[in-house]
Parts: sequence; C-alpha cells; structure tokens
Amino acid sequence: MGHMFSLEGITNSIQNWLNSTFNSTWALLFEFVLVGLCAIGLFATLGLILVLMERRVAAFMQIRLGPNRVGPKGMFQSLADTIKLIMKEGLTPDGADKFLFNLAPYVAMIVAMLLLAPIAFAKGFQIWDINIGVLYISAISSISVIGILMAGWASNNKYSLLGAMRSGAQIVSYELSAGMAVLSIIVLTGSLKISDIVASQADGWWIFKGHIPAIISFVIFIIAVTAETNRAPFDLAEAESELTAGFHTEYSGMKFALFFLAEYINIFIVCAIGATLFFGGWMPLHIGHWESFNHIMDYIPSSVWFFGKTFFLIFLIMWFRWTFPRLRVDQLLNLEWKYLLPISMFNLLLMTLVAIMGWHF
Amino acid sequence: MFIIDYIKEVYSAVKSLLKGMKLTGYYFTHHKEIITQQYPEVKQTLPERFRGEVVMLHDENNEHACTGCTACELACPNATIKIITKFDVSPEGKKKKALDTFVYHLELCTMCNLCIEACPTDAIKMAQTFEHSVFDRSLLTKKLNKPGSKIREGVE
Repeated sequence: MGHMFSLEGITNSIQNWLNSTFNSTWALLFEFVLVGLCAIGLFATLGLILVLMERRVAAFMQIRLGPNRVGPKGMFQSLADTIKLIMKEGLTPDGADKFLFNLAPYVAMIVAMLLLAPIAFAKGFQIWDINIGVLYISAISSISVIGILMAGWASNNKYSLLGAMRSGAQIVSYELSAGMAVLSIIVLTGSLKISDIVASQADGWWIFKGHIPAIISFVIFIIAVTAETNRAPFDLAEAESELTAGFHTEYSGMKFALFFLAEYINIFIVCAIGATLFFGGWMPLHIGHWESFNHIMDYIPSSVWFFGKTFFLIFLIMWFRWTFPRLRVDQLLNLEWKYLLPISMFNLLLMTLVAIMGWHF
Repeated sequence: MFIIDYIKEVYSAVKSLLKGMKLTGYYFTHHKEIITQQYPEVKQTLPERFRGEVVMLHDENNEHACTGCTACELACPNATIKIITKFDVSPEGKKKKALDTFVYHLELCTMCNLCIEACPTDAIKMAQTFEHSVFDRSLLTKKLNKPGSKIREGVE
C-alpha cells in the first residue's frame, strides 16, 4: 500500500526491464536519455507553472486579477507567451562578441540543469546521490555568475556590463552567507550527502529540531538565495527601471527565454535545497515518537511533500519580491558584509555548540 | 553601546519587513476586492471633459452648424483637419461659401481641443469614444459631416 504508485517503484521497474532486455551498457545509455528527457520535461513544465504562478501571486498581492483571459482562469497565458517568444527573432547586435553572446544563455541553462542532479525529488527518486551533494550544489551554483558576466560582457552595452558587474558582486558576496547557513545544518547532520540529510530528519525537520539557530540560519539562507537568484528586492543586476534589464538587455526571442527560464529554474532549485535542508526534503512531517501520527503522515506520497515544501518556499520568495522595494548597491553590500555574514558566523558557532552539547532533539 | 544598537537595528528592520509582508499577505488572502477595472465587461463612465475624438454635431434634420470658415483648420497645430469648401447658390442667385467635406485625420490628432475652442459656431465637439483601434490606417481618416447634410438655417 502506498508503494504501488511511488516514483521509486516506477524507476526500479524501468531499470529492471532495461537490464533484462538489453546489456548493461545499453541499459545505462537508455537511462541517461530517460533522465535527460525527464529533466528537460521538468524544466519546461516548471517554467510554465512558475511564470504563471508569479504573475498570479503578484496580481493578488496588488489587489489585481492577473492573467485571466487565455484559457480557463488564464492558465494558458505562459504557454501563449512561450509560443510568442519562439516565433520572435533572436537578434545578435553588430558590436557584440558573437560567440560569447550566443554561448551565455546556454551556460546559464546548463548550470541550472547540473544543479538538478543531487536533488531528491521523492523517496529513492534522485538522479545522482553523490556523497558531497551539498558541496556540489554550492560549487556549481557559483558558476552561474559566469553565464551572467559572459552575457553582460559580450553584449557590448554599458547597461549590460553594469548589470553583470553588479550581479557578480552580489552573487560572490551572498554565497558566503548562504554557505554559512547550509554549513550550520551540515554541522547537525554530519554528512554532505543529500540522502543522509533527509534521513536525519526522519524524527522531525531541522527547522523544528535545531532550536533558534536553525530558524536564524533558515532566514539567512532564504535572504541569501533570494539575492543569489537575482530576484527583487535584490534585482539590481536586471533592474528594469534603471538598467533596462541589465545583462539580458540585448537578448531577444528564445535566447532571452533561456535566461528567463534559467532564473525560474534556479529559484526552484534553491527552494528545493532549502526544503531539503530545513524542512526534510521528501520526508513527511514526523514528530519524535508519535508512531501513529507519523504513520498517517506516511500515507501522503513523498513527492507531494517535496513539491509542497518547495512551492511553499517559492511562494515565500515571491512574497518578498512583491512586498519589498529594491535595495541600492551599497545597501546590498552593507546588508551582506555588516549584517548577514557576522550574524551567520555567530550563528554557526552557536549551532556547533548545540550540536556538540546535543541540545537538539 | 555598539552591540545593543546593532541588535536594535536588526530587530527594527525585521519588524518593519514583517509589517510589510503582513499587509501584502492580507491582500493575497483577501482578494475579493479588486481595485483594477475589468475593462471589457465593466466600463467606467468617463468624465464630461474627456477628449476622445472630434465629432460634428448634427440635429434630427441632418443639419450641422459648420460654415466652412476653416478656423479649426488654422487652429490645428499638426494639420489634422482639412476643410474642403464649395459654393452654394441661393434661390436669389447669390453665391455663398459652404462646407463640402470636413476631413479629420484621427491618427494625427493629439486631442488638444484647440479646434473646438476656435470654432465660432460650436459646430464640432469632443466625443467620449476611445476604442479607436482599426486594422487599416486609412480607416482613421474620417469625414465628419454626414452625407447629404447641410448647414442649419440662420447660422452665419
């Protein structure tokens, strides 16, 4: 019961069938192709859903209705936008560095795609359970700044370059406190492997088990990843009103769409990581030794738990965007270096104390 | 002391941010009241002085008050109006200048109201229509006097 429809069962039966039908090399190759297709499919659906969700959330927060014409309740709006973007011409400016200009959107996209690898979407449903999962994520996510700098530089446009430089300063600084926040959970779990981190939350999520330090590091984490994904109130890199979209000013058509998609995928991924570290990933809500309560919670599929938590965090980040005004660049750097970093360092010490003394549940 | 100020600052910052989020969160959960106008279904009553396009007033006898004096054409800053005149011959055999065609280029009009102010006989006025989009630009060039219309008796 409950295991019949689990994603783990589906992947296992596909693997068994492939291994029994083909030799192991071909089976592995087919699995690669299947994983790639699933990743691309997930990207496309997430792009469509998140763009629509953003617009509806924004509308509701501003007492508007948002897109409500295309399809029932405006549900096909983002699909229509995608068709429009596909049909648009992808211009390359004359003065641009053509090779880098065309490469940059793919770099942004590939970084987002690589980040998908160690994320556990459901029980036993993970592309690559690498033993340094969290380190891998923070390493790869820092490459995303290269795509942005590449786009800004290659555009040969002062607004683009300015946006890219701001983005560079921003991502480099906020990675520190994001890393510190992640580290404070690693102190508790003692492992960088995603599956171990999820398993360690079987008797309660870290946000509840880790006392105040876990809550502080969650707040720092969510602020830092909002900055890392270049979203308002930290969207100086693409500030529409002052930099005319910053690093992707010169992009149009599908090349612009790739940047746009990569931004939303990055939001999904950082929220998935946040959900994994602080809210137990696919782990259902378990409370200590309340066996019967835990058993009831297990009936809800693990993938529902994972996506529920992730979308809750995405909603939180959207809530930030439609509430707070944009920071100035000096305020942005002040916030990181004078507030977030000292607090997260102190918090890490506190968390280490908690872990050593065994004060957490 | 520095550290107390620091903590106070962080506390008040977090407090004010949460205050803002509370307000937007309230709007998000109470989206019954929508402040935007649901345009095609609900149309606002426009203010009396709204300037949508220039129209010529005709009464029930298909008569207008335009004498063809071209005051509006001269007043127009960007050549939106072109008056074509003709000569009416009265029963006594007297020739009289009259309006033949009032050509109005809506695509050039900036709704500045100068033509209406220049008109000595109040023959034209601003209408409240605003849905002017058409598929062909030539449809925006309009003839304001209705076919077969003539000047009202007594208007000089």
